[in-house]
Amino acid sequence: MKLSGSDIVIECLKEQKVDTIFGFPGGAVLNIYDSLYRRGEGINHILTTHEQGAAHAADGYARASGKTGVCMATSGPGATNLVTGIATAYMDSVPVVAITGQVHSSLIGKDSFQEVDITGVTMPITKHNFLVKDVDKLADTIRMAFQIASTGRPGPVLIDICKDVTINKTEFKPAGEKSRLNLKIKNSFTEEDLDKAADAVQKAERPVILSGGGTIIAGVTDILVELSAKIKAPISTTLMGTGSVPYDYPLYMGLLGMHGTRVSNRAVSECDLLITVGARFSDRVISDMRRFAPKAKIMHIDADPAEINKNITVHYPFSGNIEQVLKGILKRVKPIEDSLWAKSVISWKKEYGNNNIDKCRLTPKLIIEKISEMTNSEAVITTEVGQNQIWAAQYYRFKRPRQYISSGGLGTMGYGTGAAIGAQIALPDKKVINIAGDGSFRMNCNELATAVHYRLPIIIAVMNNGTLGMVRQWQTLFYEKRYSQTTLDRGPDFVKLADAYGAVGIRVEKPEQVQPALEKALSSDDRPVVIDFIIDIDEMVLPIVPPGKGIDELIYD
Amino acid sequence: MKHIISVLVNNQAGVLSRVSGLFSRRGFNIDSLAVGTTNIPEISRMTIVVDGDDNIVDQVQKQLSKLIDVIKVVRLDAENSVSRELALIKVRADTSVRSEIMQIAEVFRANIVDISKDTLTIEISGSSKKAEAMYEMLRPFGILEDARTGLLSLERGAKTILDD
Ligand SMILES: Cc1ncc(C[n+]2csc(CCOP(=O)(O)OP(=O)(O)O)c2C)c(N)n1
Ligand SMILES: [Mg+2]
Repeated sequence: MKLSGSDIVIECLKEQKVDTIFGFPGGAVLNIYDSLYRRGEGINHILTTHEQGAAHAADGYARASGKTGVCMATSGPGATNLVTGIATAYMDSVPVVAITGQVHSSLIGKDSFQEVDITGVTMPITKHNFLVKDVDKLADTIRMAFQIASTGRPGPVLIDICKDVTINKTEFKPAGEKSRLNLKIKNSFTEEDLDKAADAVQKAERPVILSGGGTIIAGVTDILVELSAKIKAPISTTLMGTGSVPYDYPLYMGLLGMHGTRVSNRAVSECDLLITVGARFSDRVISDMRRFAPKAKIMHIDADPAEINKNITVHYPFSGNIEQVLKGILKRVKPIEDSLWAKSVISWKKEYGNNNIDKCRLTPKLIIEKISEMTNSEAVITTEVGQNQIWAAQYYRFKRPRQYISSGGLGTMGYGTGAAIGAQIALPDKKVINIAGDGSFRMNCNELATAVHYRLPIIIAVMNNGTLGMVRQWQTLFYEKRYSQTTLDRGPDFVKLADAYGAVGIRVEKPEQVQPALEKALSSDDRPVVIDFIIDIDEMVLPIVPPGKGIDELIYD
Repeated sequence: MKHIISVLVNNQAGVLSRVSGLFSRRGFNIDSLAVGTTNIPEISRMTIVVDGDDNIVDQVQKQLSKLIDVIKVVRLDAENSVSRELALIKVRADTSVRSEIMQIAEVFRANIVDISKDTLTIEISGSSKKAEAMYEMLRPFGILEDARTGLLSLERGAKTILDD
């Protein structure tokens, strides 16, 4: 059957079982949008307000569901508007396929209208990208793109398709059984390595497990908790690992690193074996390298061989299939019944725990704990970036993986609304709440229009401190209160803004207003709700490790 | 420390920028990079000389291996491989020094590939050390311009890059 390139795009998306595309049309993708109109049954296209929103939505869809997210944009400005979203997905290893239109192949290199070398631009922020100039190669390219995005360590892949390719016709052959690429990750380890690792785990007196986002991607969070319980090793998570351990697991210590809990940072500073799984030792976790886990041997288990020994020297390296490693170790170790170490960690956890909530003030802790309570800890939480992001990780009581959706690696302000839209479309039966900051929400609040149009009952809970709070906090602590360009004394009025977009807007200024506001918001089932929580400008995220300090040198009050 | 890395890549548009982009993005230092097609037309071979400690070279190798267009990456041991580079050197050579320069070239088994009233162009191939020595000898006469290929290397013996 002879098909045009644009028809082939749609057929290939169906072949990949794509049910949703987030996108925005334009000249170079006109034909693709025409094919979508004519033969796109089964594919739900979400027209966002801005291409950045489409990219974040595809990313949120992928993180919430584990499937590959798809976004589409035209050439030039459409494509460059995707860039921040692609970089966000890249830093957090999220499978996204971005399809962009490109000018006619004969016009490439001539500075034609809306021509941008988007494969050049996105080379360092994609797992791979393609420029398609020949319709005969189109179908296989799309198939490879999906395979690359979702295999091994996932990541975004961009396919740039020349306009003439979308017009030209070729014989379309449905995908065969065999894929063209061999992307299998090779295991770097042997059975003897597993023996040695298990031996080290068994003999460790003070083991700690660190769980990163890779455990969620690999789907090994249950096995990890099982291992922890078997050997009585307390677990910390990175920001990206939030949700990989249920909040009420007794040996769960919370975040590690810059905003780590006192118990996490102390336990890691004292441990003699740090079993790190699916984490990459980012600077936000290790701070001062010399003071990070100084007494420990490091075991590192990751899908990506290049992560081993990249930022820290590893004693027990394992790259490849994380599940096989964990199961291999689990099988080999004998249960530890009584652990002094675990007991002392639990006692530190109690000692450092702060449960005296200040009920007279509207604080982020009070708000987010209430959100957690009223959603039975079942909601999917997206965040913006800054204090709101850390507060959400600290105070919402996450039960399972893929529940906390946040831009960890890139730290993209403006991520949360798009991500919430994507997550809500992936999981129509879940409550999706974007815990936002006022500064971040302002950046991409335009996507409220999208949420309203598609009747998505997402809740945007703005922690409105009237400031770029995380930056202000640094200015308070490390810049002698010189508040250079961080005060947001200028609106907009988020309640009126919500109203203008056709969403529900609620303002909350006192603790007793929290419950009724949330009740109202949670009862909306076809309209987004913005809750403007007015909090103090000097609210801080604590603990914090000052720049250049070790993780054991926390400021905590 | 200098290390020789040999890389087989798909002979496709953009591959060179993927590889060089990776080096600049990750802050790896390239001493030289030589690239050309191989006897298999779909495959090109890059020989890259990297400056850095073992950890860095290990990272280079792993990061390169992740590129979809990279087929194989190996580190070549300088002792156990043959390495050559080629340089073309245009040197000032009027009649008063011409024969002296030609004698030097002969000692180095270099070829005179072009001659003009005032210049000689010399082609030298060999180890980088040999090329350096040649440069030392020619510098006093005045080097007008020069071009070098960067190092090419193959492992000694029957083994090839595709064997494991
Ligand atoms: C796109 C982007 N620009 C700038 C920053 C730097 N930055 C990090 S946190 C932050 C403040 C965020 O303010 P807000 O959204 O109000 O969150 P808060 O910290 O007040 O909760 C800024 C400016 C960023 N992370 N992303
Ligand atoms: Mg703020």
